[in-house]
Amino acid sequence: MSATELPSRQQVEDLLYKEAALLDEWRLEEWLELLAEDAIYEIPPTDVPEGDSRNTLFIVADDAVRIRSRVKQLLGKSAWAENPHSRTRRMIANVRVLGSDGENILVTANFAVHRMRYESVDTYIGHYDYKLLRRGNDLRIRERRVILDNEALRPHGKISFIL
Amino acid sequence: MDKSTESYIIDDQDAGLFRVNRRAFTDPECLQEERRRIFDKCWIYVGHESEVPHAGDYRSRNAAGRPMILVRGDDSVARVLLNTCTHRGAMVCRQNSGNAKTFQCPYHAWTYNSRGQLVGVPGEDSYSDAFKRDDLGLAAPPQVDNYRGFIFACFDPAAESLYDYLAGAREYLDLVADQSELGMKIVAGQQSYSARANWKLLMENSYDGYHGLPTHQRYFSFLSDIGIDFKGNNLGAPVRQKTVDLGNGHAVLEYQSAWGRPIAHWVPPFGEHRKEHFEQLRRRFDDRFGPERARRICETSRNLGIFPNLVINDIMAITVRTFFPVSPDYMEVNAWALAPIEESAADSKLRLDNFLTFLGPGGFATPDDVEMLESCQRGFANREVAWSDISRGMKREHPSITDELQMRAFWRRWNQLMTTPQIRRARKAA
Repeated sequence: MSATELPSRQQVEDLLYKEAALLDEWRLEEWLELLAEDAIYEIPPTDVPEGDSRNTLFIVADDAVRIRSRVKQLLGKSAWAENPHSRTRRMIANVRVLGSDGENILVTANFAVHRMRYESVDTYIGHYDYKLLRRGNDLRIRERRVILDNEALRPHGKISFIL
Repeated sequence: MDKSTESYIIDDQDAGLFRVNRRAFTDPECLQEERRRIFDKCWIYVGHESEVPHAGDYRSRNAAGRPMILVRGDDSVARVLLNTCTHRGAMVCRQNSGNAKTFQCPYHAWTYNSRGQLVGVPGEDSYSDAFKRDDLGLAAPPQVDNYRGFIFACFDPAAESLYDYLAGAREYLDLVADQSELGMKIVAGQQSYSARANWKLLMENSYDGYHGLPTHQRYFSFLSDIGIDFKGNNLGAPVRQKTVDLGNGHAVLEYQSAWGRPIAHWVPPFGEHRKEHFEQLRRRFDDRFGPERARRICETSRNLGIFPNLVINDIMAITVRTFFPVSPDYMEVNAWALAPIEESAADSKLRLDNFLTFLGPGGFATPDDVEMLESCQRGFANREVAWSDISRGMKREHPSITDELQMRAFWRRWNQLMTTPQIRRARKAA
């Protein structure tokens, strides 16, 4: 099977739903196993959603080292913004397999993530752009770009969990 | 207690005791007074000239509680205009940013040019001779000025000049601005966030060296992960660190950086291949400024607070951060990255990486700061505990960066503005 042979939408949905469950359940070590070795995780700023992290100030622009450090910190005791952890619940919808760029399978999906903490509910709305790779029968996440529709992080203030 | 007899601060310099009444963080009347006595009287940061490089470039801004337009006119002058049609009030600029020759009000199509002059009024012949276009251009703050690219506005026509207002802060703005031979620029991308906390808590936090280790264990753990030995660094060595009251409520911490700085201060995680390039950059600073000033520019970090609500933290990257209260327990924050115009693409990427490892609403530190400020604000609901203590290092001859001199500088100025009777009388007379 070639690396970029397109998976079915159901295969992709299975991956994204599993990812959503792992993140909502704070099973972040297992979430890391869904990522490729050279994975990146980015959240562009709300005013430049199409921006490039090399020349634009993002909210998050993690390479593989920083993703792993982020997970380690979030699972430790000193990431105060998530100690105790928020409750989150994410809804994934409108999943589409867009094609391939030659190296990666391109996938997009809408999301709504609700974060509950101190009896407030903050809602993050947007879409994910994924670049996926095949690993045997599985799919791995190589790039995970979270594009917010929110015009500003208000009143949320922070993205202290994996969005 | 009757509010009129209750003071905001206790400042007992003989005893070495400094306290702030928590009412300053929670009372809606206090916020009303702050709007009048602080945000309407002080110089307020609006934006950086690099954000509007070309004629017609504009940015919508909200500063001092007012929607404004930062715009470069066709005469190359960067202006601050108040975003309200002089006819009936609608906002004439409806985009966050862009380039425009004119701003046309969508309500009745009054049109203003990029200098703010009224240039079009449909059916102007219906007005009497008393109607003068020249009187009806977009309004501007009574004073607007620029210090080394940082543009401020002031709503008090009688206020001292920006130059005098900045006082000792100018020296530290110079250490930032001198990092480029061509000028500094705001990088694309604005971090727009908030905190469910009083705005003054963020000012305190932004140059609070005492909270660094307990609140940001997570960041120091990250530094260890990537191979930076911050414990072996002389972060706390007295000769390499100071906290300074800069006058007019401004203050700064300056200290040897525990981290690499993408302005000629190399550390191993930046990569061996960059070492020579950074040494070259550093030699250029030595040539321009001599070794001592070059060392300050390149190797030291500074957390600079400019009264009342501008923070320029030149640390592992440069953040320009401003915030404004919406209510006593909620503020809106905007932050940008500042960098030399001529910085290479590779150095720019390094700078932004360095920025995000600590700063911003998804960084490894800022969310924990926001958490602490919100925690303080929730704690203030215990009205029985009326005072916060800000006396750390008060009796020390040379306060350290983990002392609270900088906060006392802020609060003394704040208290002076909030309680000076002349201002109160003037308001009653008006």
